Amino acid sequence: MAMAESWVSSARQGAKTVWSLQGEWTVHHAEKINRELSAKIAAGERGGDVVFNMAGISSLDSAGAWLVLRSANTLRTSGAEVSLRDLDPRMNDLMQRVIEAAPSGKPPVPPPRTLLDWIAQIGEAVYEIWDQLLDLLAFFGAFCQVFLRVIANPRRLRINSIVSHIEQTGLNAMPIVGLISFLVGVVLAYQGADQLARFGAQIFTVNMVGISVLREMGILLTSIVVAGRSGSAFTAQIGTMKVNEEVDAMETMGLTPMEVLVLPRVIALVIALPLLTFFADVLGLLGGGVMCVLLVDMSFKQYLTLLNQAITLSQFWVGMIKAPVFALLISLIGCFEGMRVSGSAESVGKLTTRSVVEGIFLVIVFDAFFSILFSLLGV
Amino acid sequence: MAVSDDPEFKLGSTLPGDRKDFAVSIRGLVNRFGTQVVHDGLDLDIKRGEVLGIVGGSGTGKSVLLRTILGLNIAAEGDIMLLGEKQRDLDEHEWRRVQARCGVLYQSGALFSSLTVAENIEAPMREHSDLDDDLMDQLAALKIQLVGLPLSAGDKYPSQLSGGMKKRAGLARALSLDPEIIFLDEPTAGLDPVGAADFDQLILSLQRSLGVTVVMVTHDLDSLVAICDRIAVLLDKKIRVGTMAELMRDPHPWMQEYFHGPRARAAGMGKTGDSRQEANGHPATTDHPPR
Repeated sequence: MAMAESWVSSARQGAKTVWSLQGEWTVHHAEKINRELSAKIAAGERGGDVVFNMAGISSLDSAGAWLVLRSANTLRTSGAEVSLRDLDPRMNDLMQRVIEAAPSGKPPVPPPRTLLDWIAQIGEAVYEIWDQLLDLLAFFGAFCQVFLRVIANPRRLRINSIVSHIEQTGLNAMPIVGLISFLVGVVLAYQGADQLARFGAQIFTVNMVGISVLREMGILLTSIVVAGRSGSAFTAQIGTMKVNEEVDAMETMGLTPMEVLVLPRVIALVIALPLLTFFADVLGLLGGGVMCVLLVDMSFKQYLTLLNQAITLSQFWVGMIKAPVFALLISLIGCFEGMRVSGSAESVGKLTTRSVVEGIFLVIVFDAFFSILFSLLGV
Repeated sequence: MAVSDDPEFKLGSTLPGDRKDFAVSIRGLVNRFGTQVVHDGLDLDIKRGEVLGIVGGSGTGKSVLLRTILGLNIAAEGDIMLLGEKQRDLDEHEWRRVQARCGVLYQSGALFSSLTVAENIEAPMREHSDLDDDLMDQLAALKIQLVGLPLSAGDKYPSQLSGGMKKRAGLARALSLDPEIIFLDEPTAGLDPVGAADFDQLILSLQRSLGVTVVMVTHDLDSLVAICDRIAVLLDKKIRVGTMAELMRDPHPWMQEYFHGPRARAAGMGKTGDSRQEANGHPATTDHPPR
């Protein structure tokens, strides 16, 4: 049987069929062997009992052994007596081992998903959101408690930590926040001038830029950038500390993580975000000004004069008052998700993503609340 | 076990014979990081079918040695031969094929966290063989049973497994393509003594039945006694290899401390140090006498 690409050959010997196995029965040839065996079994090349003559096998690994065993089992279930013969004694251990370990039946298949499962899943998700909301509220409560305790005893305030976080979340964010605000000012002025020109009201571009930057754009863009930049950093920092059991170590030393980790971050962001917002407002107005000078044919001095007439101090405060609230939201979410990290590094990544999404979502929801509130108040 | 009287007693790390016949053969390996030299002219031969334990103090470069053999770390100098193929002579594609003939169990399993255990085991098969899905599933199930996991573990994700199960799953993945050599990085670290002993026996029985070469970095003296044919000690930027009995005779202070310390006594060294060799059919005396 010198065919190069053949691992099995069969011959009848009286009432029995002898299958001679030869060559390398290894994983590298397993697919070809598998096909050859399946074809042989399907073709019904058997009559009565079958003998596997394995003298010709030159090397065998667990994949090869499995193929031998599986075909033997298949033949047995179809009623034949199968015997294995003449295996190289060096390969006997392997064969025995595979026979012992042979998977009995298929692994349990999970039942198919029904419509009911799907509905149940939605229900579970809703419950989860509700639970998380309660947890967040509890977290806020615990934070307030610690905050009041520390305020009563201000020496426990960690000034170093607060300053360092102001640097990281405020100072270091200035370039990106400034650039984005400037560009948005440019875009607003450009679009505004373009549209208003149709009504011959180009001059009102200044009003539009002024009011939208001060009331909405400055604070909203800054908050979104900070949520992506610092909210995620809070989650990742605290989450990593949780994975390293640093938070547990802290607690066993009698330190309150809420006081050591959360409070400085929240205070730092409540200070930094209004400052960043102010900076963003200035650069947004500057960007609008540059565009007005270039497009609407006015001097920069004229722009400033018109701006002065167009906006009132209350416009500025309407934007500004939102900053500490948004800062509180972003930092609380960031720290809350960080504290929820458990065990693996994988959950740090998952919760960091969640912290950013939730932070931005809540900022926008609260922005909407503020809009309604201000319109009711007539500001 | 007495310390050798000969002050010149020193164990070699090379074996006679054709280097192509060894599972691993290293000559003149130099590894340095910045100014720190980790290995300096290290030689090592590993026979096919043996179980070699690599020990050494912290920072002596055990993991670096393992990574260098596997080609994950490029040595500054030296000549590394893995399964008869010289690393320097191969292009990337050929080297990948040699790597596919090796299995590695990393310290914490290093299972792909986004795949189930069965998919983890099938991952090397998908990459390096042409098996059809059915056969792959069957082989994965076989590997799962071979390492002593229940079949139901196949559908689980690594995060759902305990530390010991992760190691077993990692071993199953290492065995996925029936490698000629497997490397184990601290296989029993983090396991309780019962689990560690179980795992030792698992490695030993798989090694015997599959005939695979095993190279393991370990600090577990019980493992060394229980399953290693020979032990390689990283010392003074070089390596000394011998059976437990030979190493115990080495007068080097670190060796004395390591193999005669309280933990070594607790592991029953000296009493059972030779039993493994006898059980394994090798004589306690070896074919590579001290130089």
